[in-house]
Amino acid sequence: MKFRLTTGALASVIVLIVVGVAYVLWDGAAPSIHASGWKFWQTSTWDPVSGEFGAGPFIWGTLYSSILALLLATPVAIGIAVFLSDWCPMALRAPLVFLTELLAAIPSIVYGLWGIFVLVPAVREFQVGLPGWVRALPLFSGPPVGVSMLSAALILAIMIVPFTSSVAREVLKSVPTSQREAAYALGATRWEATRVTLSYARTGIVGAVMLGFGRALGETMAVTMVIGNNPQAKWSLFAPQYTMAAVIANEFSEAADALHFGALFEIGLVLFAITLLVNFGSRLLLWRMNRERKPKASRAVPVEEAA
Amino acid sequence: MTFRDRRRRVVSAVMVGLSVVAVCAALVPVAMILFFVIGKGLGSLNLAFFTHMPAPVGETGGGMANAILGSLTMVGLGALFAVPIGIVAGIFLSEFHGTRFASLVRFAADTLNGVPSIVIGVFVYAVLVLPVKHFSALAGGAALGVMMLPIITRTTEELLRLVPTALREGAYALGATRSRAMFTVVLPAALPGILTGVILALARTAGETAPLLFTSLNNQFWSTSLTKPMASLTVQVYTYAISPYDDQHRQAWAGALVLVTIVFLCSLLARVATRRLERMHTGS
Repeated sequence: MKFRLTTGALASVIVLIVVGVAYVLWDGAAPSIHASGWKFWQTSTWDPVSGEFGAGPFIWGTLYSSILALLLATPVAIGIAVFLSDWCPMALRAPLVFLTELLAAIPSIVYGLWGIFVLVPAVREFQVGLPGWVRALPLFSGPPVGVSMLSAALILAIMIVPFTSSVAREVLKSVPTSQREAAYALGATRWEATRVTLSYARTGIVGAVMLGFGRALGETMAVTMVIGNNPQAKWSLFAPQYTMAAVIANEFSEAADALHFGALFEIGLVLFAITLLVNFGSRLLLWRMNRERKPKASRAVPVEEAA
Repeated sequence: MTFRDRRRRVVSAVMVGLSVVAVCAALVPVAMILFFVIGKGLGSLNLAFFTHMPAPVGETGGGMANAILGSLTMVGLGALFAVPIGIVAGIFLSEFHGTRFASLVRFAADTLNGVPSIVIGVFVYAVLVLPVKHFSALAGGAALGVMMLPIITRTTEELLRLVPTALREGAYALGATRSRAMFTVVLPAALPGILTGVILALARTAGETAPLLFTSLNNQFWSTSLTKPMASLTVQVYTYAISPYDDQHRQAWAGALVLVTIVFLCSLLARVATRRLERMHTGS
């Protein structure tokens, strides 16, 4: 019993930290919530000097960049997961898995550095090279600066692919071999067998994709370095925009008055809440995927407790 | 072969082809990033990078000695906090894994793992910087510790649960209590794996920038004081990357190369260690 209490007490530190994060953010955001209320999220003028705080563009930038990244990354990530779990030659599997895991471990500042000096100029070139009538479309309008929504979405996509694919691979690995064997026994082609596997694992795959989405929402450094940090909500892929995480990173250490601090805290609070919901949803799906076929092992207990 | 069969085969081949395309699409950026980091980094990496202080703007040369020391110090501080708590929490989770409190702790750890690192920075700022009114290495270390904690906890739990039940039962059969069985039999069996997990967690957090931006801030000078702002490799790379000077850009690439090398070596080490562990378990 002493063992349980002492280890449990230390484990509760984790719970306390999570509660602490929520409380601190709520507490810090209070001045801003009282001052602006819902207007905070509906207006789009962000001017700390004159005390005007409208966070519309930030939430737009965060959602827009993450959704674009998700659209780009999901097919690639699922393709990789399927290739590695079903179709890959044995000899190739280990090195490929190692490479994708290495990708997930590269610090985001390194992605950002590469983004500034390689990706951003490339995006600028690409935009200049587009024909005039394409650049007249609202989706591609704006002067060619390179730092843009598109750069941010691209770098986010590169960053979440290894993450989503490794979770999706785990999910596919947990599909019983009998599913594939049954499909093959019925004369299915490789793709048809994989379709069976995918539909069996769909809950878990959606969970993996959502987990990647959660990562994209909270990613800070790489996005800050390539998105242009301009608080405007636009559809254009080439417009410099801003995200919630980026504005905290840029302005927090220089915030001068209580209201500015409160506004940044409130952005942090909402970012926390959104990632919490997304992660919770994905864990729920992954858990449901696993629950159905985990045999309940009977566990041994020491003599003193059995008696 | 009927037309229908041929079509099914073609569709299958196309899908396999598409998945290969997906693998290539992911590998091209990796190759490009590694190419640039190694290419540009190697050119600027020299002994002075590790032993010298940052050069003033306009002068060439200089290094990141203070930032390297700062990163090591703060990762060490974080580990001091996160490793013991993380391992004990992992022990709790594996040992009492069916209980309601264990589910709560597990849920909290997964939640904490998903919290954006910038939000961790805001949290630590409010708790450790705001009350004393100045940035400190201590706050930076704490932020890194909070980042490590859930990873270490979950890794420990998973590895402990991999230990064969027979070992545990053997200890119980000899009359061992739960804690004695854990500390003399189960934990030692899983320890190599846990240590690799810890190393990986340290390597990952060593690459974190966002939680340090407003906890440890940055420092242009040599500082070993834990209550003063401290430089770190990552924040220094960031500062140099967004500066307008070519010489600082070169330094940033060198710093990036050092960061990637650390991560690469740790991943390799972890891989070798886990493979050895797996071999031990299968008994071949």
